[in-house]
Amino acid sequence: MLYAQILINGLVLGGLYACIAVGFSLVWGVLNVINILHGTFVVLGSYIAYFCYVHLGIHPFLSIIVSGGILFVLGFLVQAGLINRVMGAPVLTTLVLTFGLELLLNNGILLAFSADYRTVQLANPLGSTIIGGLVFPLERVVATALALGLTVLLYVMLAKSRIGRAIVAVRMDAEAAALMGVNVKRIYAVTFGVGALMAGAAGSLLAIVFPISPLNSTEFLGIAFVVCVLGGLGSVAGAMVGGLALGVIESFGALFIGPEHGLTIAFTLLILLLIFRPTGIMGRRGYE
Amino acid sequence: MTRVLPVVLVIALVAALPLLGDNYLLRLGTMGAMYAVMALSWNVIGGFAGYPSFATAAFFGLGAYTGAILQGAGVYMPLAWVAACLAAALFAGLLGLAILHLKGHYFAIASLVVAEVLLEITTSWTSLTGGGMGLNLPILRISVDAQARLFFWAMLALASLTLAMNWIVANHRLGFGLRCIRQNEDASGMVGINTTLYKVIAFILSAVFVGGAGALYASWVFYIEPPDVFATLTSVKPIVMALLGGAGTVLGPVIGAVLFLVMEELVWRNLLEIHAAALGILIVILIFFLPGGVLGLFKRRRKPAAPSRPLASAEAGR
Repeated sequence: MLYAQILINGLVLGGLYACIAVGFSLVWGVLNVINILHGTFVVLGSYIAYFCYVHLGIHPFLSIIVSGGILFVLGFLVQAGLINRVMGAPVLTTLVLTFGLELLLNNGILLAFSADYRTVQLANPLGSTIIGGLVFPLERVVATALALGLTVLLYVMLAKSRIGRAIVAVRMDAEAAALMGVNVKRIYAVTFGVGALMAGAAGSLLAIVFPISPLNSTEFLGIAFVVCVLGGLGSVAGAMVGGLALGVIESFGALFIGPEHGLTIAFTLLILLLIFRPTGIMGRRGYE
Repeated sequence: MTRVLPVVLVIALVAALPLLGDNYLLRLGTMGAMYAVMALSWNVIGGFAGYPSFATAAFFGLGAYTGAILQGAGVYMPLAWVAACLAAALFAGLLGLAILHLKGHYFAIASLVVAEVLLEITTSWTSLTGGGMGLNLPILRISVDAQARLFFWAMLALASLTLAMNWIVANHRLGFGLRCIRQNEDASGMVGINTTLYKVIAFILSAVFVGGAGALYASWVFYIEPPDVFATLTSVKPIVMALLGGAGTVLGPVIGAVLFLVMEELVWRNLLEIHAAALGILIVILIFFLPGGVLGLFKRRRKPAAPSRPLASAEAGR
């Protein structure tokens, strides 16, 4: 029974992890850019949810629209204005550039909102329900369901919509896509914006689960790294599997080794996976 | 020899800094030398071989803790420094064998995460490392002035060694092989370069002196704690310095380290609140306006006159 409960806790956490990571995975896969800003994008989403709730009374489940929208615009501008100019450069250039931007943005958030931890205290919490002796914390379950729903939505968008097909085309072969009339630079910017949108939405949902602080950005980035390596880079399904797997692994790790070692377990796993199976659990697949 | 002489002269001049009798300048000099060690070390793997390594913090922290633990156990200080160099080199060798087969982003992430794991292990292993409480080192029984001089000269000597190592690598077949690997690793293997061996050697060289610098730093400040010596910024700063001066050149990282130190002192110390943002802006400017570093500007101007001088011939823009 205990194990079943821990499995549920892990899956509930894992859905949110998947949502954090899928935008990061998309940007990495399509643009070949590691977006160090991603963790701070998530934090920014959380702050937007916080202020929406405190000042406007918008529930975090609804403010994903606001945070997603703002983050999309921000991401689009960052890519169109800055990163697009160094797209062909070596790995190190984009890596260091996004690191610099992350220092800038994170410092800005720190100045604006201070490092104090804030929490969203819901006026009418849903509480939790017990089914068959297992506790389901309803807020988290709904947040996870929404997170997974968004992830599925992204999958459908990539598979069915015109812009989604263009993103996939650019990932497969940017030059060929350009010859077919796709504006590659614009697709890069849209992709980066969508990645940021997913981060912002994940941040909104996380706001009701975790305390909010700019200092969390590193942890979210670390989670995105691990999920991508775990699930294999370059597919929505991979990020989903990786996120759920990480959530479960962390929950059981906390039980057997201690909750303070959650991230250590994840990082150790990441290094071992990189050494022995760099294609991830699912093997290498693209956004086809 | 004509190119080596001015460099030796400059080092000799810098070594005379204690004559000014200003301990603040000596502290700056020690920091500058430490930055130079880290930037030059990163240059071997990141500049010559083109592998985006973020492992500097891992080597630095490992060296700091090796030195501190040995000194705490009563080992003579210089011996503890040497042991820290060896520990970092050994660690880099094993780690290199494990992760150097990864390319690009995967290698960068693996190297970045290693420092995080070491940080967690150090924090948890309280019986050996003091955990999150940190570790105090034995106090030296010499005057404050004498300490300042001692650590300045020791760090400068280490920086000079690292510079010499870079110069030897650049002019040796190892440096040539590493540049080939940067340009096309598969082709390098095809023409008979043992790429695995070369990369592992480069990784070890990028660790050995950083380990020593970590141990020296620990002895210098008397107290270390995990988040201080394993900080991610410790991995990023050397990269910024090397890019600032000109990665893949021998003198570039030194110039970058000095410029970085000056900026850090002048701008950031006065604006502590936005110190991270200032570094961020510096990085953005660097990427867009100075892609070849300071030496890159210099090289572009001189290129027609001297097309193949070894010191400036490395493709700094990469």
